[in-house]
Amino acid sequence: MTQKRKFAGLPWLALAFPLAACKAEVLAPAGDVAARQRDLLVTSTLLMLLIIVPVMILTVIFALRYRARNRRADYQPDWDHSTKLEFVIWAAPLLIIITLGALTWVGTHLLDPYRPLDRITSGQPVASDTRPLQVQVVAMDWKWLFIYPEQGIASINEMAVPVDRPVEFTLTSTSVMNAFYIPAMAGMIYAMPGMETKLNGVFNRPGEYKGIASHYSGQGFSGMHFKALASDEAGFDAWVARARAGGGTLDRPRYLELEAPSENVPPMSFADVDPQLFQRVVNMCVEPGKICMAEMMALDAQGGTGLAGTMNVQRLTYDKDQRRGTRAPVLGWEPFQIASFCTPEDSARMFGKSPELTRTTVNMTPLRGHALTPPKGLFTPSQDNAVTLLDPTRGQAQKF
Amino acid sequence: MATFSNETTFLLGRLNWDAIPKEPIVLGTFVVVAMGGVALLAALTRYRLWGWLWREWFTSVDHKKIGIMYIILALVMFLRGFADAIMMRLQQVWAFGGSEGYLNSHHYDQIFTAHGVIMIFFVAMPFVTGLMNYIVPLQIGARDVSFPFLNNFSFWMTVGGAIITMASLFVGEFAQTGWLAFPPLSGIGYSPWVGVDYYIWGLQVAGVGTTLSGINLLVTILKMRAPGMTMMRMPVFTWTAFCTNILIVASFPVLTMTLILLTLDRYVGTNFFTNDLGGNPMMYINLIWIWGHPEVYILILPLFGVFSEITATFSGKRLFGYSSMVYATVCITVLSYLVWLHHFFTMGSGASVNSFFGITTMIISIPTGAKLFNWLFTIYRGRVRFELPMMWTLAFMLTFVIGGMTGVLLAVPPADFVLHNSLFLVAHFHNVIIGGVLFGCFAAVNYWWPKAFGFKLDVFWGKVSFWFWVIGFWFAFMPLYILGLMGVTRRLRVFDDPDLRIWFAIAALGAVLIAVGILAMFVQFGVSIMRRNRPGYRDPTGDPWDGRTLEWATSSPPPAYNFAFNPISHGLDTWWEMKQQGATRPTSGFMPIHMPKSTGTGVILAALATVCGLAMVWYIWWLAGLSFLGIIAVSIAHTFNYDRDYYIPVPEIEATEDARTRQLAQGV
Amino acid sequence: MSHVVTDTTTDNLGRYWELKPHHHPEGASTSLGFWVYLMSDCLMFAVLFAVYGVLGTSFAAGPGPKDLFDLGLVAVNTGMLLLSSITFGFAMLAMFAGRQGATLRWLGVTLVFGLCFLGIELYEFQHMIHLGAGPQRSGFLSAFFTLVGTHGLHVTFGSIWLITLMVQIARRGLGPENQRRMICLSMFWHFLDVIWIGVFTFVYLLGMI
Repeated sequence: MTQKRKFAGLPWLALAFPLAACKAEVLAPAGDVAARQRDLLVTSTLLMLLIIVPVMILTVIFALRYRARNRRADYQPDWDHSTKLEFVIWAAPLLIIITLGALTWVGTHLLDPYRPLDRITSGQPVASDTRPLQVQVVAMDWKWLFIYPEQGIASINEMAVPVDRPVEFTLTSTSVMNAFYIPAMAGMIYAMPGMETKLNGVFNRPGEYKGIASHYSGQGFSGMHFKALASDEAGFDAWVARARAGGGTLDRPRYLELEAPSENVPPMSFADVDPQLFQRVVNMCVEPGKICMAEMMALDAQGGTGLAGTMNVQRLTYDKDQRRGTRAPVLGWEPFQIASFCTPEDSARMFGKSPELTRTTVNMTPLRGHALTPPKGLFTPSQDNAVTLLDPTRGQAQKF
Repeated sequence: MATFSNETTFLLGRLNWDAIPKEPIVLGTFVVVAMGGVALLAALTRYRLWGWLWREWFTSVDHKKIGIMYIILALVMFLRGFADAIMMRLQQVWAFGGSEGYLNSHHYDQIFTAHGVIMIFFVAMPFVTGLMNYIVPLQIGARDVSFPFLNNFSFWMTVGGAIITMASLFVGEFAQTGWLAFPPLSGIGYSPWVGVDYYIWGLQVAGVGTTLSGINLLVTILKMRAPGMTMMRMPVFTWTAFCTNILIVASFPVLTMTLILLTLDRYVGTNFFTNDLGGNPMMYINLIWIWGHPEVYILILPLFGVFSEITATFSGKRLFGYSSMVYATVCITVLSYLVWLHHFFTMGSGASVNSFFGITTMIISIPTGAKLFNWLFTIYRGRVRFELPMMWTLAFMLTFVIGGMTGVLLAVPPADFVLHNSLFLVAHFHNVIIGGVLFGCFAAVNYWWPKAFGFKLDVFWGKVSFWFWVIGFWFAFMPLYILGLMGVTRRLRVFDDPDLRIWFAIAALGAVLIAVGILAMFVQFGVSIMRRNRPGYRDPTGDPWDGRTLEWATSSPPPAYNFAFNPISHGLDTWWEMKQQGATRPTSGFMPIHMPKSTGTGVILAALATVCGLAMVWYIWWLAGLSFLGIIAVSIAHTFNYDRDYYIPVPEIEATEDARTRQLAQGV
Repeated sequence: MSHVVTDTTTDNLGRYWELKPHHHPEGASTSLGFWVYLMSDCLMFAVLFAVYGVLGTSFAAGPGPKDLFDLGLVAVNTGMLLLSSITFGFAMLAMFAGRQGATLRWLGVTLVFGLCFLGIELYEFQHMIHLGAGPQRSGFLSAFFTLVGTHGLHVTFGSIWLITLMVQIARRGLGPENQRRMICLSMFWHFLDVIWIGVFTFVYLLGMI
């Protein structure tokens, strides 16, 4: 791989570097996953150039050689078929695509964002006892919220990770779709409301990188970017300590305040964070009294709640004019939410399920990645997009 | 920013004085457009052209006139779409180093949405539909399409959609969601005012027209071919048009239904694409791309046909590998339904799903590659005349391969994870749409203009336009590829990193070059119209390029009935064979020709649909209800009209054909 | 540039030009065109079925099909529509036999069945909305109301068309144009029947399991 990477990367880089200086983060990333994605990009390009370049050259040569004024060139007005040529015409692209298809199949499974990393960088596998750093990410209007469940802190529009340690991002969004993208690290993945996505990545070089929202999300979209800091363990610890010392608590009421749209938000941090907050955001039940998606789906799996279910709606009146997302349709009902049946104890138990129960173990063989979990029923969503109920720090929940 | 209100009154719904934008840019545009409009209307009145326009054009069911009107619509809308592009380019050069540029987000977000919507739905689609309308019946030796009234109605529905979309510029706002209006952003909660409603109703009204015109052309090709013209003897352009219309009929209903569901979410409060209450926004993205990907091929396939015709004609040679060309077209048609998910690999579908769709996407490049080789080997051992259509074709071949390559690159999911939503992607689809669709349209205009109007287009201005366009294109979009590789994503309004600016500046320069190219194209039209009777321009033969297919067998412009006698086909390239065999043209023994009558019903129905759409946008319920009832009433009344056709009498045909005989004699 | 020779030697004139034009039967493409239209309409229903497939179990902690559907009523309703299809068949037979009065009578019976179907469906909708289970309540109900409602809307327009055609047949008899229209409408009507069988199986029967 190292050999091939050097070999494959050079001509492309030689072409691009004078043009884009050292700014081409996609071509010169600082993380192993992005680097491997870049390698695939370069290899595919070279493979296709095998056919593109001859076609372009032939186009020019043929056009010049068979120009009308060149009476010496062969002219056969009725020549329109040649089995040999047609065979080549279909076979040549086919061969390239077979090669590329094989590369794609393997590459896609190897670099599946859901797949936990198996190496830090080439020749440096992940030690079997290393647990990836957990970072929970919420795309908000229009800022990024990062929650570090193991450290118990949170930050806005700034995140830090130690270099050479795998990071597992768990993402969701509050209102509309977005995409989380650190070009230098590991590609992008959508962050969607009521859904959870995952991205595994690692930084190999310390530095300050740009992180962006790469899926248009409305008015404040342009200003929705963040700093991604990669440093050694000590630097990371210092960053965490600074956040802890900075004070501030991110609990549910504070989160609801934060959720209001705001643009170009400067970085800030919270020393303390409700450990169930992220699960509540994914389940869309940060608001008091509102049913959590997990509970709703559990009820739906039992066939709904019967006609009584038409009664458990609550009018949303408290701030319907201020908040995004709750305007009444002109011919429809006033905005409403479904009331939760759960007692606080029930919710605590619901969010307290062991993470191991809800996660499938990953098959590390390259060709069969995480994604091959078979669907359970005809219309059951696959495991990947189901709501995960994990609670790494259950004991802490009592504080809130 | 936007001061809007959803308070409604009975008479005007939510329309009120505040709904008129008062930003200087919009107001300026409005004044210019209004003055232009008034001048145009005054001129039409002054020269008493209204009656002529109404009788000869608006109510005409002649496929040729409808085709021309489609292309005029496309050119007019192209100016609007391009104005949006220039504004975006300017903003992106401007907004650096803390500057907000000159467009606020409310305005800028509308511009990029409108640019996409207009360029796809109201430029590329009408252009392609217009070409198919004009050329297909002529190529298959027919006198009109199967359902001429429906054809007229379809055109006016497209115009209606364009009017609704354009109205948003001056009253209210357009959507600020991107051109596919993904929920939840396009839901009522996050886009509370009229923007998305304009989008929905504009597309719905136009979409009805597109679907009907698809059905119409499909049946025309199946039922109206000249005697002897089997499917495997159809010209390649007709073949691609056939596949395109299959795609239209089999994909536009999906768009219509998806937009209906979004409409219900926005108006009635259903939960199809909402976050809460069991809705599923991902479903919208899947549905819209199940339409959206075939749409890409709806646009490009007919132009593949155009390039095939042009390459064969200007190489003076039969098309190489006709049947493999046909099979390639059919392959692309089928495969285009199996690739939609490649537009959102990053949604997290899992590796197997992603690689499946990635690989099906790559497979499409095999038939496409085969097509390219076929053109290449058509040139091989030919006699290539570098007329304007052929120049556009060569420019296409050299440009499109790059776009195709970057397309396959984006189909590799891991590569897409770093390039999705980036300017690399923007560069890619402009590369294929401009380099493929637009270059093809320009090639087609230069190729068939003499057929439509009886004189050739000016070569000098054509070349000026060509070079500015091609060079401008490379300047405008190569920097975007580079920016994409620098990790810059699309739809951004302001930038921090000063190093990016130079690339945006180059792209803006490219846009200016393209603007010159567009200007030169209109100069080309003007100059050619003024010199239309000069010898180098006039086409007395009906066959200025030494063509091969049947449209060149009739006069330029063709008579209303296209062919006095139906041509009989004995193989491919019927007209070429006729010329080779010294076939003569019948000059006597004419019989009355059965033709459809013009009718104004299509205009009236489309006007009512437009009013209904606008009333729905603004919640003017009484008007919406009234115009909807009007549509039903007029439709029913139309079915009571049993007198829809007439016969062109023999003397009239004789006069026309004799004039042609004299013209041919002089032309020789 | 080569040109056509314009002399009148007729050696190959008839080879390339149809000198005795064959007569295109009036409206020969109409059935095919209408068939293609029905297929595009079928796709719209396909979308709705797919949407129902996705959202059909998203009750949002509200009522599900078992709580809302009255299978007996729906069975009666299905009977109405199936019967209307049979009577339309009789109308077609009468038309081919050239019996205008019988055609009109059978069309009338068809219309009555169609309107009964619509009436029962409206009652069902009204009942559900009254219970608080309107289309806004959950994804399931949105999909249900839209799928069934779109079918109902088609039946409504079919009925309007039916009335129009009855007037036209009464006024102009069973001429070729009206026969053509009858064929189109009958295709439309049977098509709605097929769709309804899908709805009945997929929505009602499967929902009650």
